[in-house]
Amino acid sequence: MRLILKIGNWFDQRLQLGAPIRETMEHPIPRDSASWYYVFGSAAMTVFGLQLATGILLALIYVPSAGEAWNSLQILNHQISLGWFIRALHGWGSNFMLAIVLIHMVQVFLFGAYKFPRELTWILGVLLLLMTLGMAFTGQVLRFDQDAYWGLGIGASICSRVPFLGAPLVKLMLGGPIIAGHTLSRFFALHVFVIPGSLLLFIGLHVLLVLKLGINEWPMPGRLVRRSDYLEKYHAMTRTDGVPFMPYGVWKDVVFSGLILLCIAACALYFGPFGPSGQPDPRIIQTAPRPDFFFLWLYALLSLLPPSMETPVLLIGPVIALIVLLALPFFSGEGEKSWKRRPIAVLTILLVAVGLGTFTNLASHAPWSPVMDAGTGAPIPPKFVNGRTPLEVQGALVFQSKQCHNCHSVGDNGGKRGPDLKEVAVRLTSDQLVRQVLQGGGNMPAYGKNLNPAETAALVAFLETLHPSSQAPAKDASQSSAMQ
Amino acid sequence: MSVPDGLSRRQMLLKVSLLFNGVVGVVLGIPIVRYLFSPVTRGQRAGYESWISLGPIDQFPPGETRLATYRNPVAEGSDGETAEVPCWVRHTDGEKFQVFAINCAHLGCPVRWFPQSGLFMCPCHGGAYYADGARASGPPERGLFEYPFKIVDGNLRIQAGEMPTPGPSAKLYNITTTTGRQPCA
Repeated sequence: MRLILKIGNWFDQRLQLGAPIRETMEHPIPRDSASWYYVFGSAAMTVFGLQLATGILLALIYVPSAGEAWNSLQILNHQISLGWFIRALHGWGSNFMLAIVLIHMVQVFLFGAYKFPRELTWILGVLLLLMTLGMAFTGQVLRFDQDAYWGLGIGASICSRVPFLGAPLVKLMLGGPIIAGHTLSRFFALHVFVIPGSLLLFIGLHVLLVLKLGINEWPMPGRLVRRSDYLEKYHAMTRTDGVPFMPYGVWKDVVFSGLILLCIAACALYFGPFGPSGQPDPRIIQTAPRPDFFFLWLYALLSLLPPSMETPVLLIGPVIALIVLLALPFFSGEGEKSWKRRPIAVLTILLVAVGLGTFTNLASHAPWSPVMDAGTGAPIPPKFVNGRTPLEVQGALVFQSKQCHNCHSVGDNGGKRGPDLKEVAVRLTSDQLVRQVLQGGGNMPAYGKNLNPAETAALVAFLETLHPSSQAPAKDASQSSAMQ
Repeated sequence: MSVPDGLSRRQMLLKVSLLFNGVVGVVLGIPIVRYLFSPVTRGQRAGYESWISLGPIDQFPPGETRLATYRNPVAEGSDGETAEVPCWVRHTDGEKFQVFAINCAHLGCPVRWFPQSGLFMCPCHGGAYYADGARASGPPERGLFEYPFKIVDGNLRIQAGEMPTPGPSAKLYNITTTTGRQPCA
């Protein structure tokens, strides 16, 4: 023990870091800030540490080459002992890191911690969020499978819409004219060198600012922030009613970080690694690319925006969002901190959360995507064939063979792109059905060129039978009165 | 009161040394920037596109639309399978062909051809196109990208080499936006 002390002293005599570290760890913080609500920042940093460690471990095996990457992931998953577990830790660590960073941001926003004098801390935090999202996207590309390949295509297509600079931007992003070897190499450089390096620097500055300016005090309704006297009041508070950061605040940080690491390990163990899905061979077109969880909302947005609004929203939306986030501490740098007296702040968070949640939920069903293999091998449900005339049965066949099922369900597992046709005969008369099938409309392609008159007649006869037994099919009132 | 001689001399030297390093920085910076922008400048100088054969035209029977693949003209060793690019070849009749890029004109996902219904469908965001590549429905703002083609010695050749994207670069693929019949909206 005395030897360790002696060695420690030998180093400290030269490094002279002991005293400043001790001073930093024991600096007084407001008593209420040693709270379970203040553990998310340190947890995010801990998970970043896990990502660094597991990332380096994966780099021992991973080959950043378009021709080899997918194979090296298979080797990690199946041949290297516990390679799958390291991949799973890295993948789940990524999800947890993004989730914790978002929770941290919401907490900071609702507790008014971005107000004077912590504006720069917030701005660095916004940049850290962007970098974390950048890590998630580039990481998804390094898992070089079909989702990664076509995801890059989507990224390039979005880049190409930038006015004037679109074409050069695409080539800069892809490192060439197509998604290929150079594309993966540059995403590897971004994911492994550029972004983590910037993250380390910015995390350092972010934490330095927290230490220099002091942790945010617990917001009390009615205790307003004013630039003139805030610092004075804050220091008076930590002097009179402060507690040393170590051990009062630190032990909660440590417990929570440990708990999060344990959760990541449990998820990794139970759910295993993410993918890779099929080989990144563009010739395999039987694929339905999907982004990772944290980009699902964007996938839904891209499907649901009207075509004319898509480019402006994609290009201007992120810029506006970034400006709002960066400018927030400047137009709301003083005043009330407590969420109890900031209803608009609370509503904003709720709105964003409900919006993102709804889009994410929609994207997990993807009702806008045609079901490519619907009805191809599945039998026609007997209820649609039993007791039908030969013409109607013929129509049911046409319905199956012409991919109507890809977009329409008939009360079963077809596509959700178009309306469910279970009761279509109640809504449309036979003339209207013919018109809709032949000419399309709404969001439906016209089938005039691909159905001969006999097929159309059979299909409409079949559709005419799709109504509940208690409800008669729709009739053209003018026609029936003319007949009489 | 003037500044002591030594001080201003040192300040002057500091400024000169900073200027010197600035010049060194620019000298080093120019090649670095040119290196970084090589994917753009290379395409401008030599061009990425060239005429590539998709094979003899009898592989593509009249009235059918078939998948063909070609190796990208500027492929590198590290590209692996990503250099093998698919495309859809539609042979209407005689020497009339249409060669469509695999990439959806919305956001580049691979479109699939359904001969029974005569539609190309995209698995990502639900775009659909008619047999002649015209937009049928969904989020795309235009028809499928079409490669220029010619027939040389009974071989179908297309001009390709860049991934088509819906932005300004789409001009490269001199495509008439919608040649087919529009659905009644």
